[in-house]
Amino acid sequence: MSENFRSIETKFLDKTNRISFKYNGKKYYGYKGDTLASALLSNGVHLIGRSFKYHRPRGIMTCGSEEPNAIVQIGGNGSFTEPNVRATEQEIYEGLEASSQNCWPSVEFDIGGINNFISPVIPSGFYYKTFMWPKKFWYSLYEPAIRMSAGLGKSPTQPDPELYDHNHLHCDVLVVGGGISGIIAASISADNGNNTVLIDDKNSLGGSSIYQNNENFKIDDEISSIWLDKKIKELKNKKNLTIKRRTSLAAFHSYNYLLARENLADHKSLDKRLNKLRQRLWKIRAKKVILATGAIERPLIFNNNDRPGVMLANSVKKYIDYYGVRCGDKNIIFTNNDSAYETAISLNKKGINVSIVDIRNNSSSILVKNAKDAGIKIYWNNTVVNTKGYRKIKSIQIMEMSKDGTNVVGKKTNLPCDNLSISGGWTPMVHLFTQSGGKLKFRDSDQIFLPNTEMSDQISVGSCNGDFELDDVIKNTVSECKNFISTSVTDYDSLKVSCPKQKENKNIWLLPNDKPLGKTKPFLDFQNDSTAKDIKLAMREGFKSIEHVKRYTTTGMGTDQGKLANMHALGIISETAGVKMGSLGTTTFRPPYTPLTFGTIVGRNVGTFFDITRKTPIHEWHKNHKAEFENVGQWKRAWYYPKDGESMHQAVQRESKAARESAGILDASTLGKIDIKGTDASEFLNRVYTNAWSKLGIGKCRYGLMLNEDGMVYDDGVTTRLDENHYVMTTTTGGAANVLSKLEDYLQTEWPELDVWLTSVTDHYATASVCGPNSKNILKKLFPILEFNDGNFPHMSFKNTELDGINCRIMRISFTGEHSYEINIESKYGKSLWEKCMDAGKEFNITPYGTETMHLLRAEKGFIIVGQDTDGTMTPIDLQMDWIVSKKKYDFIGKRSLYRSDTMREDRKQLVGLLTDNPNEILEEGAQIVQDEKKQPIEMLGHVTSSYFSPNLNRSIALAVVKNGKNLKGQKLLVPMKDKTINVTVSDFIFFDSKNERLNA
Amino acid sequence: MFIITCPFCGERDQSEFSAGGEAHIIRPKQPTELSDDEWADFLFMRKNIKGVQFERWNHAHGCRKWFNVIRDTSNDKIHAVYKMGEKPPSD
Repeated sequence: MSENFRSIETKFLDKTNRISFKYNGKKYYGYKGDTLASALLSNGVHLIGRSFKYHRPRGIMTCGSEEPNAIVQIGGNGSFTEPNVRATEQEIYEGLEASSQNCWPSVEFDIGGINNFISPVIPSGFYYKTFMWPKKFWYSLYEPAIRMSAGLGKSPTQPDPELYDHNHLHCDVLVVGGGISGIIAASISADNGNNTVLIDDKNSLGGSSIYQNNENFKIDDEISSIWLDKKIKELKNKKNLTIKRRTSLAAFHSYNYLLARENLADHKSLDKRLNKLRQRLWKIRAKKVILATGAIERPLIFNNNDRPGVMLANSVKKYIDYYGVRCGDKNIIFTNNDSAYETAISLNKKGINVSIVDIRNNSSSILVKNAKDAGIKIYWNNTVVNTKGYRKIKSIQIMEMSKDGTNVVGKKTNLPCDNLSISGGWTPMVHLFTQSGGKLKFRDSDQIFLPNTEMSDQISVGSCNGDFELDDVIKNTVSECKNFISTSVTDYDSLKVSCPKQKENKNIWLLPNDKPLGKTKPFLDFQNDSTAKDIKLAMREGFKSIEHVKRYTTTGMGTDQGKLANMHALGIISETAGVKMGSLGTTTFRPPYTPLTFGTIVGRNVGTFFDITRKTPIHEWHKNHKAEFENVGQWKRAWYYPKDGESMHQAVQRESKAARESAGILDASTLGKIDIKGTDASEFLNRVYTNAWSKLGIGKCRYGLMLNEDGMVYDDGVTTRLDENHYVMTTTTGGAANVLSKLEDYLQTEWPELDVWLTSVTDHYATASVCGPNSKNILKKLFPILEFNDGNFPHMSFKNTELDGINCRIMRISFTGEHSYEINIESKYGKSLWEKCMDAGKEFNITPYGTETMHLLRAEKGFIIVGQDTDGTMTPIDLQMDWIVSKKKYDFIGKRSLYRSDTMREDRKQLVGLLTDNPNEILEEGAQIVQDEKKQPIEMLGHVTSSYFSPNLNRSIALAVVKNGKNLKGQKLLVPMKDKTINVTVSDFIFFDSKNERLNA
Repeated sequence: MFIITCPFCGERDQSEFSAGGEAHIIRPKQPTELSDDEWADFLFMRKNIKGVQFERWNHAHGCRKWFNVIRDTSNDKIHAVYKMGEKPPSD
């Protein structure tokens, strides 16, 4: 039975609601309102985990989001498990299971603890220095070992079963932080008719003032916490005010755009969480922002300052005054300022043994006088030089300091203790302020960075703005808020506030020791185990910038992002380098302020909602006919239709043969379609395509190639002239949106004088492409009134007609090299059109084919696919498509670039065909092409862009881009693969029907 | 995430817009008469200023109109928004 450390009654917990939870498999009890940390402390548990690098035992240090040590794994091994949760923030619930991290076999006895003893040989940067040699050890030994020790907690291995949400919020004033200044600010804002939102990351409002029961702190003759409690109750009745508790501000972007994570379920037991939202991400757009984010207490940096039982003084005060938990029976407070005396007085009043070690010579503060009057022993001008106790602190050694504070003198005094509360002053939380683009200034008197100039409509109030004394906090918060929201009268104008004033400042970033620095372990970053000597080592090795020192030593790079001790790192760098802290700057504060779960970041966009899926109107038919689908951009396209257990290869061979021998049908609905209208439509096409358009007759189609201004092929497709001033352009499936916006760009910005109107009609039409020698017979059956002879309906022409009374556009165009028709019909009739084609084609064994067969058939014909055979570095000349580039046209997009010295080079990579010497060998797409394997380094001539086995040629074929390929026809080249080298011969890239006889067959 | 005032639609979230690089680079009317260097200057060279920069933006997920924005790239402050073909405000 563990000892009960909850000796004091507290109104902040619900004592009628006792909660059981498990920690490292053992059952404990706490009360509703407890955090895991306070509940564990009430059971006398201090040892929580092992540090990252040295595996030193670590305990609870703080009571909030800045906690570096007490991070735990929540949940068992199931899908609910979550690593790196701060015990100081996790509220307990019935059935909570938590366990220590980064230790094996247990937190009490951890094998990794050996690192602590070998720490002299693993300083900062030892990775870079140690694992260099021998080289072969890297894969076999070093990397696996490093991987095993990397990370703290364990990620869940199953999908997250919980629900997350995103929501937008617009308000006049957002107040961040529910401490005393935030409450006053929210109240003033709401009273003046502003739609106000107040958010706080804790489960209850009030900050540290809500448990301030020291009689020296009074507002209107009441103890400050009593006054504040009343004000919080008043808030609940304010009309314009929304309060969000358990909501942590993650990011503050420009233009007052903020992200906050609201925790809806992490404090509830699992059975109450099922099918309910766990967390919600608020996307907040606020007209004005008031930051009241408070300050975090600083630790002191001395030898072995990391043992379980070493805690921040104000946190010890919160545990006793808020949670009713004493963190020790023999407390020592180690401080450089007056605020820690509040903790001492609090403990003393409750009859708990406490003494104080103060690095100052004296202080005239009323708090110090109270402590003296209470008989608390104070060791002035002393510093802690060592601590003892492995799993929990047992004693400290103190020494007197020399006059200048740089050394220690005299003899060591041993003081037994079971808790050491440290306080090194306060650091304003300016994270959010700087995230929004604000610039800081440095205040020398108490060595803090403060908000200076802000980028958006915002103010910082309270201790995050450098006011640490109650009277200043209230006075300045009220006056700043009045200014900010333009009001002259508030309820807080004539408050009477009395409080102790801070006296005698003294700050030493790294406290002196009797031993040389190298023999001590003064921790700065408790989570990442970086010490003051690591900082000095980095500087000795030439790192000067704070950003570099941070990365080399990993100071401030843990899950706590160095909230506690980044200031000390800066201080030590500044002292060592002799540079003023103000001019040294800080590391960049990046969002999120506290870690966000992936669930919160993605919200509802999981599973089928991860990305948009576009389906053609004929999709259902493909699905019913067992098509395999391929993703093309967001489109799902039928890839191939396997029959009776066919493999993909078998299906594609069958489809390809059928399309050439009788008839094939392809769903081409995904091709981009842009409707072009206007009196200057022809001129517009002249300017955007490489070939000439003015003379294209009405009812005729033409293939066009579109370049970027740099001369590289951008898109291609067939455009049809429907009428004098009316065209419809087809684009590649993936390029549709980009082509439209590119055309709009030229139209609106370069050629506003042109009368041209562009409309995307991709989704308006469904397209069935029927090809093969029997395609004409099928079309004849479907459209009996149309004349299909070459005179009336030749290749590259268009007919407007009807199918059962529904308008159809038929283009006789071909991407397969076969006699072929593309039938376009309003989308909703797409499936019906397809089925009619299938019916009419039945007697000709019409075979549906997918994108793979389409790719194969066009490769046989040497037709390029933009994006597969081109990659943004290919000109039409490189593609041997000189025929499509008009020499007569004065200008078109990209024309001038075709005459740059680089684009005119003879030895550019050019499109060629490749034939393997062994006709059954199929090259891999992307394979490299070389001439000489022996010459080192091997010269890479190009790569394979398309490769198939052609059933119509009964051999493999490939397209490739090869340096100087135009002049290499007939030449033997090599394609080296992992296990063999394939011999190939450069060929023409049109493999099939090079005279285009089949088009008119 | 800033707010842009589209000259046609009004104040909208940045996520509705796409950036189009430096403004007021006019495509040469007679490209064929330019030297390689002059053409390369038009094609590739952009100022990329830290500070006040004239930019093109497109209300891509809105009215699809292109327009000009004067933005301070160091702090994302937008000083002015004006339509294509218009002269920048003089102050």
